[in-house]
Amino acid sequence: MNTQAQYLKAIYLTQEQEDGPASTGDIAELLDVSPASANEMIGKLEDRGLLDHEKYKGVDLTDEGIQQARDALQNYCIIERFLVEVLEVEDFRTEAKQLEGVIDETVAERLDTIIDREPQCPDCFNAEEDVCGLLELEAEVSSD
Amino acid sequence: MSLTQPVGSDHQLARLLQIGIVLEEVVEARAAKHAEETDASLDPALRDLLDHAAAESADHRRRLEGLVADLEAETVPFEEIQMLVEAQYEADEDFDGVLYDQLCNEETAYKFYDDLIASIEASDTAFGVDRERLLDVLRTIREEEADGVEEVTDLMEERQ
Repeated sequence: MNTQAQYLKAIYLTQEQEDGPASTGDIAELLDVSPASANEMIGKLEDRGLLDHEKYKGVDLTDEGIQQARDALQNYCIIERFLVEVLEVEDFRTEAKQLEGVIDETVAERLDTIIDREPQCPDCFNAEEDVCGLLELEAEVSSD
Repeated sequence: MSLTQPVGSDHQLARLLQIGIVLEEVVEARAAKHAEETDASLDPALRDLLDHAAAESADHRRRLEGLVADLEAETVPFEEIQMLVEAQYEADEDFDGVLYDQLCNEETAYKFYDDLIASIEASDTAFGVDRERLLDVLRTIREEEADGVEEVTDLMEERQ
């Protein structure tokens, strides 16, 4: 996943949580970058037709931006689920974030052939918990 | 386009090598399963390709395991991945489906090693494994994956 995909995913999740446009500050915070860096990338994504940016209102993904963001989120879900189900990594959230910049979507597709991902992915992603809502549920069930 | 993010620690390097091992195990297990499920015995060229793919992946896996051991990390047992592959395997693939799957395997592996090599080259971390040996192993494997892509495409063209 490249930087563009990571931004689109962060904007998509912020918009989902806010149920409206995403503020530059929130996007920067989610990605742990400076607001200036976030602004620069937002400008590039706007030039590429992936989002609309209105001053004082925030950022709104276009249909193409939403599609690419959902693909990025799905890749992230594959990485998280792979870390949990196959490698049994406890701190999978931190590691998934480190890996999402290195694991390409073609590689994620192959990893997807050995995990149990639900058909509704990525709609089941819980942004607050930063994990697939169904994966969390499975963990709770198995710990009973 | 993928971003070259430097590999920042032994832990992250070991994790990426573990992923490489899993990818090789998936190739090995799927090639074996294809050979078992399709009528490969009728087509010696396809059977050879699958046998070669499985043997090469097993060899790559062992070389990666050597690096992972030097980093004092654990490998991922082949039997475990074989079970996962079997659980998700869809057996309705015909000859073209099998070839296409093999092509995806080889291309994915090539892309993975190419990105990994770039991420290591971009890093100034002193790893617990000799950098030259690490890059030498990965570049050799990447080369063999590129040859693998060529072998599958050649077979695809022959059958057109």
